[in-house]
Amino acid sequence: MNGISTDIQHLKKGEVNLGTSIMAVTFKDGVILGADSRTSTGAYIANRVTDKLTRLQDHIWCCRSGSAADTQAVADIVQYHLNLYKMQFDQDADVKTAASLLKSLTYENKDQLSAGLIVAGFDKQNKKGEVYSIPLGGSLHKQPYAIAGSGSTFIYGYCNKNFKEDMSREETIDFMKHSLSQAIKWDGSSGGVIRMVVLTDNGLERLIFYPEDYENL
Amino acid sequence: MTSVGTGYDLSNSVFSPDGRNFQVEYASKAVENGSTTVGLKCKDGVVFGVEKIIANKLLVPGKNRKIQTIDRHIGCCYSGLIPDGKHLVNRGREEATNFRNTYGKPIPVSAMSERLSQYVQAYTLYNSVRPFGISTIFGGVLKTENGGDNKPELFMLDPNGSCWGYKGIATGKGRQTAKAELEKLITSETFDFSTLSAKQAVEEVARIIYLAHEDNKDKDFELELSWCSLSETNGFHKYVPEEVYNEAVENAKSAVGLADSDESGEEDMEVDAQ
Repeated sequence: MNGISTDIQHLKKGEVNLGTSIMAVTFKDGVILGADSRTSTGAYIANRVTDKLTRLQDHIWCCRSGSAADTQAVADIVQYHLNLYKMQFDQDADVKTAASLLKSLTYENKDQLSAGLIVAGFDKQNKKGEVYSIPLGGSLHKQPYAIAGSGSTFIYGYCNKNFKEDMSREETIDFMKHSLSQAIKWDGSSGGVIRMVVLTDNGLERLIFYPEDYENL
Repeated sequence: MTSVGTGYDLSNSVFSPDGRNFQVEYASKAVENGSTTVGLKCKDGVVFGVEKIIANKLLVPGKNRKIQTIDRHIGCCYSGLIPDGKHLVNRGREEATNFRNTYGKPIPVSAMSERLSQYVQAYTLYNSVRPFGISTIFGGVLKTENGGDNKPELFMLDPNGSCWGYKGIATGKGRQTAKAELEKLITSETFDFSTLSAKQAVEEVARIIYLAHEDNKDKDFELELSWCSLSETNGFHKYVPEEVYNEAVENAKSAVGLADSDESGEEDMEVDAQ
């Protein structure tokens, strides 16, 4: 185990799995999250248009991989804590705070969870996008971009070679479309559409790409 | 003391018929005779000053520090029962660590104020405990790069658990003189917080402590000064360096009419710079 791919053995028999390709990439104006849309129970595709990009706050989102139940539950708890934070301190939480909460939950319950998450958000104070990767054991890594899920193993080299800092919005979307397209192509448990969330100072924007849009790039 | 003998002052958590809680009021009495403590905000930080009465000639000058650090960016001083204060600071440190672990950044001073006042208030509720015999002045500044807002904050927390934010505040034996002096300073026409530097605030605090000591002249004392400012200490709470300390003491002495040759014993006390 390299700690980043998902341990499918960990799941209970019949548990719904996000055998997944997810990524988040910082760029010039903020950050973009991307994911495939396949949810499987063994060989059966339980949902082919899943939304693995989950809102924690308006300016902080996360990509979920691993057990669907576990990641939904953890995201809900963090969302609750961030709402409470906003009420208590009368200000929006930092991306780092969200990542720290998520890390604590995954680390302290690592024996019971299979959750690999990427937290990404727009830092309003510094006007910058931020990406934190939280792999299976519950460690926390701040990165310029992050990939995770079973499909990510096939695109480590591609992403490493093609990622550049401070890309434009279009360049970044293109980079992510190519990366996820390859991940989906080679990973049996990734598929469906590519979803993206663009987080900038102007708020958020959702994008969707169908197989005919990304399969033959 | 009308309360004595009525039975309503024997325990916490019992109201008297006219709605008072005597144990908490007695705790305030412990504060009234404590050493004078002053806190003052300046443009980019806060300054603390404590009058330390020399209770015993055998004590080592410059040691036995009263001002404490709760977190790197929060200073704290109190008057009343010193061990109670030490305990509260320990609790504050736990809260600071806890906040860091959950939210991944240092605790804002206002959040610390809420947590400490909840803790102190709980000690007015139960039969098995007594209230804290201290008034605590604490404050600091959290830098934007650490998730703060670069704005200094200063609070005073009383034995009953109420906690208010102040521009400048004093507690302890000389509080009346000190508070009058702070009010005079802050309400004067020429005064402006946005220009008051940390060094100027140190001078003011030193002068006010010396002035408040005038009513208690027969006892020797040692002055303790600390600050937490963006420009002077990069947002950390520290004791003021020796030069600043000596200058402030000298100016304070001349301001209250103590000649330098005046043999009151203060000049051989020195605070080593951190």
